[in-house]
Amino acid sequence: MTDLAADPVSQAPVDEADLPPLVAPSSRTGLKAVVQRRYLLKLLVRREISARYQGSVLGLMWSYINPLSQFCIYFFVMGVIFNLHKSIPNFAIHIFSAIVIVHFFTETMGAGTRSIVRNRQIVQKMAMPREMFPVATMLTSLYHVGPQLVILVVACGLSGWVPDAYGMASLVVGIAIIMLLGTGFALLLSAANVFFRDVGSAVNIFMNLIRFGVPMIYSYEMVQTRFGSFAQYYLYNPIADAVLLFQRAFWVGTVDPSNPQQPVMPEHLLGWGVSMVGVSIVVLGIGQVIFSRLEGKIPERL
Amino acid sequence: MVDSIRVENVTKTFTRRYQRTLKQITVAKTRGQKTLDEFNAIDDVSFTIEQGESIGLMGLNGSGKSTLLKMINGVMRPDTGSILTRGTISGLIATGAGFHPQLSGRDNLVLNAAILGMSEKETKRKFDAIVDFAGLEDKLDGQVGHYSSGESARLGFAIAIHVDSDIFLADEVLAVGDKPFRAKCMERMLEIRDSGRTLFYVSHSAATVRRMCTRVLILDKGRLVFDGKPAKGITYLGYDEDETENPIDLDENDIGADI
Repeated sequence: MTDLAADPVSQAPVDEADLPPLVAPSSRTGLKAVVQRRYLLKLLVRREISARYQGSVLGLMWSYINPLSQFCIYFFVMGVIFNLHKSIPNFAIHIFSAIVIVHFFTETMGAGTRSIVRNRQIVQKMAMPREMFPVATMLTSLYHVGPQLVILVVACGLSGWVPDAYGMASLVVGIAIIMLLGTGFALLLSAANVFFRDVGSAVNIFMNLIRFGVPMIYSYEMVQTRFGSFAQYYLYNPIADAVLLFQRAFWVGTVDPSNPQQPVMPEHLLGWGVSMVGVSIVVLGIGQVIFSRLEGKIPERL
Repeated sequence: MVDSIRVENVTKTFTRRYQRTLKQITVAKTRGQKTLDEFNAIDDVSFTIEQGESIGLMGLNGSGKSTLLKMINGVMRPDTGSILTRGTISGLIATGAGFHPQLSGRDNLVLNAAILGMSEKETKRKFDAIVDFAGLEDKLDGQVGHYSSGESARLGFAIAIHVDSDIFLADEVLAVGDKPFRAKCMERMLEIRDSGRTLFYVSHSAATVRRMCTRVLILDKGRLVFDGKPAKGITYLGYDEDETENPIDLDENDIGADI
């Protein structure tokens, strides 16, 4: 595996102290092992990127068609029919910046849940840290966020976007929340999905809830007006915070200061964001613990 | 000598489930039928293998050989007892598992090598040797899905056999591949044995076990029933009588003569 083993022949004068210690062969697992084997992780991500749309005519385009179609639906139904154009300035960017984050999370969770079952050939027969698969799914989804961000930045640029340092910090914190939280959920659900395939179906329902639990088709201002002081409980949802952070990074900067309708953001948004990074790390930790507990039974239950 | 593999009181229990959905389970429970069934695939097995030994693991189908091998490889964990190994492990188990049919042979080779624990440098250094061993120079950029089953098995073998390790596990190595390729594998296995690495070899072929191994372990229904010299082990299993009658085993003898 490493250079340690490069030349087993040269161990002729056997001295136990010079040799690697006796260890359990199944012990080299966990997220730490995933980080240690970055090269393998890189190859898995590359395989997933190139294999995901193999054989389809539109290929990578599908990664944009899905969020784009959602965008069109919400924009038309909420913006035009419900007439939210009038109450939310730059409504298109408000929606799209939320979709990028929500899509990143749902992709990570959806594909992550199936990741162990889909790679059962490898999981059943080869020794490697199995956390590799959920993590690789998250990174593949992150890879697809890149071009969506480019579209978003171009759209913002056309709307007279003024970037600021606070906004850029929000961008980083928002992505970090989803990366950690998404990996945590993917770990937990991918292992659970091995034992009960029902998990995959339940996740779909959960993902519908997410779309409506974040300020995407409505604004945070509406939440505040309806719930008053209870609005802060809304912020205990880390995904909603990530969406708000993203809107702080892009949408807020596009609204002209002379516009009578100014975007409303929660107070201490970045503070909320940083605490949610903490929460996400806890979720990731719980995901890892449960994954390790279930892992021993995974190969035989697949 | 030092211990290379130490297996102590290892038991692995598998659960067979007859019903999966809630409805099926309820129906079965009300009828008083069993909904699950447990059995020990490996039952209280203990042994110690020293560095440089070559072990033949024998036994009938379903006796737990592959389960034991998977636990030594680290794919499965024992339910009770402990397995300890020294150094890195590689081997011919499930070779070619996880090949992606739509990716090229080259991509699959690199990925499979990484799963087996090769570093980027190591893969680059051994790439040509692996391709040469598999004999697939002209097909390397084609999809693995278009390979014949023998070709993809050969690629899997070639990668696995080039991984450096202290312990080498082999499961039914000679079951696939054409005759020249099997001879090449055999030659390579002997090289591995003579290089002082620990060899753990699962086989039904009495002739190869006799040729390759210094010690034989026999499993029967998950229990270790024999541990000793190859000749005695083969007699214990009654495989030596077949040897003269069975044309397949004669074939194996031929391979021995070829090398």
